[in-house]
Amino acid sequence: MSDNADVNRTRRTIVIASACTGGAVAVAAAVPFAASMMPSERAKAMGAAVEADIGQLAPGEMATFEWRGQPVWVVRRTPEMLEEIKKTDTKVADPMSERKKSELTPEYARNEYRSIKPEYLVVVGICSHLGCSPQSRFKPGTEAFEHDWTGGFYCPCHGSLFDLAGRVYKNKPAPDNLKVPPHTYLSDTRILIGEDRKGA
Amino acid sequence: MAAADKQPVAVTGVGRLNAPLSGLLTWIDQRFPLMENWRSHLSEYYAPKNFNFWYYFGSLAMLVLVIQIVTGIFLTMNYKPDAAQAFASVEYIMREVPWGWWIRYMHSTGASAFFICVYLHMFRGLLYGSYRKPRELLWIFGVIIFLCLMAEAFFGYLLPWGQMSYWGAQVIVNLFDAIPIIGPDLAIWIRGDYVVSDATLNRFFAFHVIAVPLVLLGLVVAHLLALHEVGSNNPDGVEIKKTKDPRTGRPLDGIPFHPYYTVKDSFGVVVFLIVFSIVVFFAPEVGGYFLEHNNFLPADPLKTPQHIAPVWYFTPYYSILRATTENFMWVLALGTIGLAALIIGSVKNGAVRICVAALAAVLVAGFFTLDPKVWGVVLMGTAVMVFFLLPWLDQSPVKSIRYKGPLTKIALALFVMAFFVLGYLGTETVTEGRTLAAQVGTAVYFLFFFLMPWYSKMDSCRPEPERVTGK
Repeated sequence: MSDNADVNRTRRTIVIASACTGGAVAVAAAVPFAASMMPSERAKAMGAAVEADIGQLAPGEMATFEWRGQPVWVVRRTPEMLEEIKKTDTKVADPMSERKKSELTPEYARNEYRSIKPEYLVVVGICSHLGCSPQSRFKPGTEAFEHDWTGGFYCPCHGSLFDLAGRVYKNKPAPDNLKVPPHTYLSDTRILIGEDRKGA
Repeated sequence: MAAADKQPVAVTGVGRLNAPLSGLLTWIDQRFPLMENWRSHLSEYYAPKNFNFWYYFGSLAMLVLVIQIVTGIFLTMNYKPDAAQAFASVEYIMREVPWGWWIRYMHSTGASAFFICVYLHMFRGLLYGSYRKPRELLWIFGVIIFLCLMAEAFFGYLLPWGQMSYWGAQVIVNLFDAIPIIGPDLAIWIRGDYVVSDATLNRFFAFHVIAVPLVLLGLVVAHLLALHEVGSNNPDGVEIKKTKDPRTGRPLDGIPFHPYYTVKDSFGVVVFLIVFSIVVFFAPEVGGYFLEHNNFLPADPLKTPQHIAPVWYFTPYYSILRATTENFMWVLALGTIGLAALIIGSVKNGAVRICVAALAAVLVAGFFTLDPKVWGVVLMGTAVMVFFLLPWLDQSPVKSIRYKGPLTKIALALFVMAFFVLGYLGTETVTEGRTLAAQVGTAVYFLFFFLMPWYSKMDSCRPEPERVTGK
């Protein structure tokens, strides 16, 4: 190789410039490949918000809607049920939804009832433990898993309990409350699951 | 020497050849370095004469790689990477494709056999210090192969689209979700959807059948080239290149790989294939350890199996993940502070001391601010990555366990026990007692590595012999 004195400066500059350009092009070409792995338009459409008609629900009834492949429960709670929720405040681990706020509970549901309107509970029906789907046990009374049961959800997999606001009982395998999905009331009887619009 | 200058007499090392064959070889050699490679990698590659049982597993791992590639090619001829058809296409292979069951069981058993060979091959490295200078890069290529193998196994496990495939992928992809800030978007990018779905299955198929195998093959070539550059280690940990025959320049304790070790490895291959065939023909599920029972049910995104466990080869690392609970953060913090104090007490350089103290402070602060789930993922990753550091963690004056002292032997024995205990616990459900056991196992696992610079130095080693002992 030649020493520095013999270097053709112009040629060296051109080599460096073309190497940099080539490198930049290679990096730029990687972007479409990486982007192609994002959800496709079809997947996005299927992951989009779901409109749900809740007008048919009688007090004390529950309906299940599918959003992003997951079950979303809507429960129309009776005044008695709302009274029961107050009683469980001391039994649940996180009564005011303080934990993992941004992930589990949208701002408008960070209250005792974990809902926009106390009457309607909207939660994703997937246990925060290992992803099983809990069962609804709305009737208060004595149950095998809790002698003073005030109604709520029971996970058959590992015995986690949730009250009628989807709040997890203390000392159960599940660490967190059920997730409240982003949702908006379009009217009194229609909700949009998967999107929260400001001011709606 | 230009290729065309090669003389016909250059053909040696393949025994007596008749004239036409010899002529053909010369013709080839003048155009392609066939005999040159044959000699440098086989007939004149000198390996130590004292290889023992543990030296079978490198060549066996290569054999399993070939089995996986060949059976894999034939499986793709009937498999459909489509969420609606995948499960049924696997059953189709099992029931209707002629010999399909045999090819599929070879592939599923091969996956476990690959990990058995690789774990034993790595254990051999630990026993005889095969990662020490000058074999650091050889070792690093090996650890990358191990990582690729884990990726390959993980991607492949989704393909049958059974309940365990689905929920296993769900749990593992959700691990990335735990990474602060970018986590949720990263998980969506990996899945290509908001849940594990057809898009995920299709891309995992692409990774499993072409992307990762290509990288794996390249790495195996690099691993072998590095091995043949530095030469094999041996059970005595003595460099055979130190004592060469002054006339020929060949190591006195070396023997040509071919025919000596090709014959020895062939024996290993026969024994391996007998055991392998017994599993393939008589117990391909191995009691739910090689093929999990729940995976005979098609994937159901709305219903989780009662008990999720990975396949056995991932369970030690899965245990480490699950052991990282809120209480364990205190153990981690104490361990980090203790290790930082040890390093600060052992190095003289002021800048290094300040850096170590700062890093420890940041880590300890992180332990109590970020979610334990994040640290579980970090710990699981560290448990694999820490193998990269081994060449520099081991400060012993000798390489082989034969000449190392009691401290190293006890440490290695405890490490192996911890690995087995963690592996067992990873297959079981969580209870308080089991979590505690997994936490003890995790602590032992990491102490083996992170205390190594001290115990390997303090240990009372015996002197290495000048030459290999031939045992």
